[in-house]
Amino acid sequence: MKQFRAFVIKEFYHILRDYRTLLILLAMPPILILLFGYTITNEIQDAKIAILDYSKDATTSSIKSKLLAGNYFKLEYELNGLDEVEAIFRKGSIREAIVFESNFEENLAKTGIANIRIIADATDPNTASTLLSYTSSIIKSYLDEINENVEMPYSINTEIRMRYNEELRGAYLFVPGLITVILMLVSAMMTSISITREKELGTMESLLVSPMQPLQIIIAKMLPYLFLAIIDAVIILIVGNAVFGVPVRGSVLLLMVEGILFIITALSLGLLISTITSSQQVALMMSLMGLMLPTIILSGFIYPISNMPQIIQWLTHLIPAKWFNLIIKSIMLKGAGLDILWKETLILAGFAVFFISLSLKKFNIRLQK
Amino acid sequence: MKKSNGYSIEVSNLTKKFGDFVAVDSISFQVKKGEIFGFLGANGAGKSTAMRMLCGLLSPTSGEATVGGYDIFSETEKVKRSIGYMSQKFSLYEDLTIGENIEFYGGIYGLSKLQIKEKTEQLLEKFQLTEKRKSLISSLPLGWKQKLAFSVAIVHNPEIVFLDEPTGGVDPITRRQFWELIYEATNSGVTVFVTTHYMDEAEYCDRISMMSEGKIMAIGSPRDLKSEYSSSNVDEIFVKIARGGGK
Repeated sequence: MKQFRAFVIKEFYHILRDYRTLLILLAMPPILILLFGYTITNEIQDAKIAILDYSKDATTSSIKSKLLAGNYFKLEYELNGLDEVEAIFRKGSIREAIVFESNFEENLAKTGIANIRIIADATDPNTASTLLSYTSSIIKSYLDEINENVEMPYSINTEIRMRYNEELRGAYLFVPGLITVILMLVSAMMTSISITREKELGTMESLLVSPMQPLQIIIAKMLPYLFLAIIDAVIILIVGNAVFGVPVRGSVLLLMVEGILFIITALSLGLLISTITSSQQVALMMSLMGLMLPTIILSGFIYPISNMPQIIQWLTHLIPAKWFNLIIKSIMLKGAGLDILWKETLILAGFAVFFISLSLKKFNIRLQK
Repeated sequence: MKKSNGYSIEVSNLTKKFGDFVAVDSISFQVKKGEIFGFLGANGAGKSTAMRMLCGLLSPTSGEATVGGYDIFSETEKVKRSIGYMSQKFSLYEDLTIGENIEFYGGIYGLSKLQIKEKTEQLLEKFQLTEKRKSLISSLPLGWKQKLAFSVAIVHNPEIVFLDEPTGGVDPITRRQFWELIYEATNSGVTVFVTTHYMDEAEYCDRISMMSEGKIMAIGSPRDLKSEYSSSNVDEIFVKIARGGGK
């Protein structure tokens, strides 16, 4: 135990001495939250639009005023011809253009059908589809209003088929996702680097010649990063709650236990990487490419898994982060308990046991080489 | 069970195979207590593999060996407690201070706080580094680092210390000083097992062995070997052995 303590103290010295890395590890979570929260958001605010109204009648103007009533859209240009649309899109000064056909009101009254063309700047597809959905839902609500007193319902054709979940709030999704990603980053990447550094410096041999057991060495190496990862998770929870009001509706204790389970999985993945390579650079690249990218892309953190092709959806089952992301979202947002999450927890625990045994086995084999 | 017969290391027919490749081919030798035993050989001759087996880093394919009286197959833990080790790659932590390094290595060998403190003072005084107590290892010149690394490798008073090409990359004066440290250690009873490339260093050893292609080709004191091979220095013997063993 005395040996173990000396080792852990030494690991903390390494971490504290390398204050740049430490600063990154501690400052990254709040910075990422603020970045995600304020910039990479799906919510629309003051989106600049242009309107081309060939009709200029009472109906189009009430639709227009309805569109501009909230703080979603801001009218930037009133256009006179279709050729202008192309030009201002090129300039990038608007996100969306709305075109009312000529004789809009007349068409609606006579045939019950009128047409609106909505053109969005799809260079940013996510924002574009969100804008389109906002627009069409506002038009639809206008229709609902006028159809109340009419026998034969009017309809306005809009050329879009996107849906939008009105309840969707960005922060609710990315705060749990960010915890997943950062735990993976801190645990896997830092462990793999810290172990390969000992190999690179040649101090690993001195350690293995000492009476310390390989298992003790590994646990002592992982412990400080487990500690750091938990601190990071807590920072994210606090900032997420204080700034964006993201709640923890379920049990905090359960959240911590599941978190530790996931951290252990990530730590053993880091150990696994360190058994494959003996250079810090390679370890860093492998963690980034092999762990971080799948975690970010396939965990459901940014891209919804249900929208992925079936094969990729199966693939996501192999990503521990996907299961943890499910668990943490359910605990935080739905207040789910172990009675609902037992299956996901078992799978995550399975991953933890599998990767620990695999990496320990590989680590021991490496010692023999 | 601990044997005590005046030998620190006893090796008989020790063999290590990696697949079909025989890295160490049935070597046998003894190292007396308090002796400086030089382990020579070209790169790839198998000396590192042999040394790693004796340190418990590799398990032998066959043969027998005891280190410090303990069997290297069944009593690895006791072997590890009775040896110190310093590798060719330098083994102190650059981002830790001198004191912290001693604290760490003393700690993993189970020294008490008091012992660690005493050792630290002793070493700082010996190397006249008392005012550098708080400076990181990275700020010291290489020669000092290596001398410190050696002192830290024997901080737990091991019976045997294994040195794997300890003086790589330092100037002759520092090398000389390093060997003075080694002599000092043997005077207090430590057995030194050292691999080296430098043939002049081989002359400092009590006895040397020369390995080639996994086998020990010659073993004895530098003086005996020189007369046996009718050579004026160890370098010549080495070349003769490497060319095919002609005396």
